[in-house]
Amino acid sequence: MNLPQDGGGGFIDEPQAAEMSTSWMIEVEDLTKRYGGHTAIDELCFKVARGEIVGFLGPNGAGKSTTMRILSSFMPATSGTARVGGFDVFHEPDEVRRRIGYMPENNPLHTDMRVREYLKFRARLKGLLGGRARDRVDVVLGQCGLEEVSGKVIGHLSKGYRQRVGLADALVHEPELIILDEPTIGLDPNQIRSVRQLIKDLSVKHTVLLSTHILPEVEMTCSRVLILNQGKILAADTTLNLQRMVSGGGQVVAEIAAPERDLRACWEGSPEVLEFNLSPMDGDYIRCALTPRDGVDLRPVVFDLTVKHGWKLRDLGRNRHSLEDIFVHLTRATREEEEG
Amino acid sequence: MRIFLTLLRRELGGYFASFSGYVVIASVQLLLGLSFYSLVSVLNQEGSETPLAEFFYETLYFWLILLMATPVITMRTFALEKYSGTYETLMTAPVGDVPVVLAKFLGALGFYMVMWTPLFGCLWVIRQLTGDPTALESGTAAGTVLGILLLGCVYISLGCFASSLTHSQIIAAMTSFAVGVGLYLLSFLAPSVSTLPGWFPKVLKQMSMMEHMREFVRGVVDTRHVVYYLSITVFFLFLNCKAVESRRWK
Repeated sequence: MNLPQDGGGGFIDEPQAAEMSTSWMIEVEDLTKRYGGHTAIDELCFKVARGEIVGFLGPNGAGKSTTMRILSSFMPATSGTARVGGFDVFHEPDEVRRRIGYMPENNPLHTDMRVREYLKFRARLKGLLGGRARDRVDVVLGQCGLEEVSGKVIGHLSKGYRQRVGLADALVHEPELIILDEPTIGLDPNQIRSVRQLIKDLSVKHTVLLSTHILPEVEMTCSRVLILNQGKILAADTTLNLQRMVSGGGQVVAEIAAPERDLRACWEGSPEVLEFNLSPMDGDYIRCALTPRDGVDLRPVVFDLTVKHGWKLRDLGRNRHSLEDIFVHLTRATREEEEG
Repeated sequence: MRIFLTLLRRELGGYFASFSGYVVIASVQLLLGLSFYSLVSVLNQEGSETPLAEFFYETLYFWLILLMATPVITMRTFALEKYSGTYETLMTAPVGDVPVVLAKFLGALGFYMVMWTPLFGCLWVIRQLTGDPTALESGTAAGTVLGILLLGCVYISLGCFASSLTHSQIIAAMTSFAVGVGLYLLSFLAPSVSTLPGWFPKVLKQMSMMEHMREFVRGVVDTRHVVYYLSITVFFLFLNCKAVESRRWK
């Protein structure tokens, strides 16, 4: 399988790329970070366009947080360059910091402060003046659903609310880029849903880079995924393309009640079907897994055939691979490559 | 500058919002009260020619407060932020290293000076009781305040530096306490080696904290002492800035 190894050209068409070359929000080239003898990230290359929500996906220790810390100019890389909004993260850290809203892993907050007081402190720290700081704090309090707890001490809030305070902090100075490191970790399902919705809403105005090791999260929130393992990018593409890549172009599964012989003859005779696999089920039903030729959608074909032969059809669907499959597939592929 | 003031306000506010701030104030109050009691009992037995401020300074309490309180005040400055992770949000805001170091230092110093205010209440009460206006002249009082401030600068900057080296408040406090006591004990080393030839005893005598402080409580402000305290402070602040910057070297 031919996977795009760098994020640069794999997912945006060339003319589009040329047009957008001036508006990359993040440009990372050959970024490497070593701690002692350990290489946390290894010659990372990727680009993020303005307005995208990009998910950084990888197991723990893949190098997600390290990359985010470098992008937020908290620490420098060992080699390579990273630019945010056209500014170098090492040489122009103040320009970069003004343009990003960063929520580190575990969302650290001053637990002794009250919500409004904390956000006002952060807004001023990020250079907003008195009246403007107050206005922005009011806006983000509303945006993140924090009005009712604005007077409470942060240490007394539930984890879900704290997470929202962290998000509000990242948003308060209207940054162009928002970097969120594991924004939904440790939340209950309801809280996760509301935080995800919040992140989705942000994409209207901001570019978002978020990291997670929870696969459905990227699937639900991100327009594009960068899969990271052991400090390297394994794949970078839209969730849809990644699915297509692994599922081999939309396998269709149908459960049909018909004699196996007839079915076999039928699929063999059909030009759209490249491969098929039959397995008997309960009753007369047989499960047919059909791989199409040239990525054709086989569902209407199957339906027409069953109608024509008068067979009973009880289930028809395209086999949609989850990111989990893609992830396992990719990480296994690299492991086999290494061992081989 | 505005960002610096925001940071400074947060630092000072942090002391008054935290439990440890009040524990420090309460403990210092207790020690000041004890020293006040011993002062009054000494004065009740016999009259003395020594000015009140110097009287107080000669007791062990002054040094006990200085050596014990400063590590406790400063231990949180960097270590707590590093421990809780807020250091990362702080250092990814558009703020330079130097304003952060200065705001933390001045915040701690401000709290330290607030902590000393009851002392002047005590001295004022004694002056009222003795009915002798020369017991505490404004000159000696100002000298004492300046001395306390400058000594505070040294010990607070030392504490902030120690705090910037670690994630643990306990380790920060222990380090600054050990180094602080070491600096203080140099004062006792100086007389015992004064008979030795060469430059060593002279250097030790110049480094003696107590020697420098004694002049201040007499109301004598000698620039040599001011320069001495300030240069140690600047030295520790410089180390502190480098320690903050060091995350960029790794």
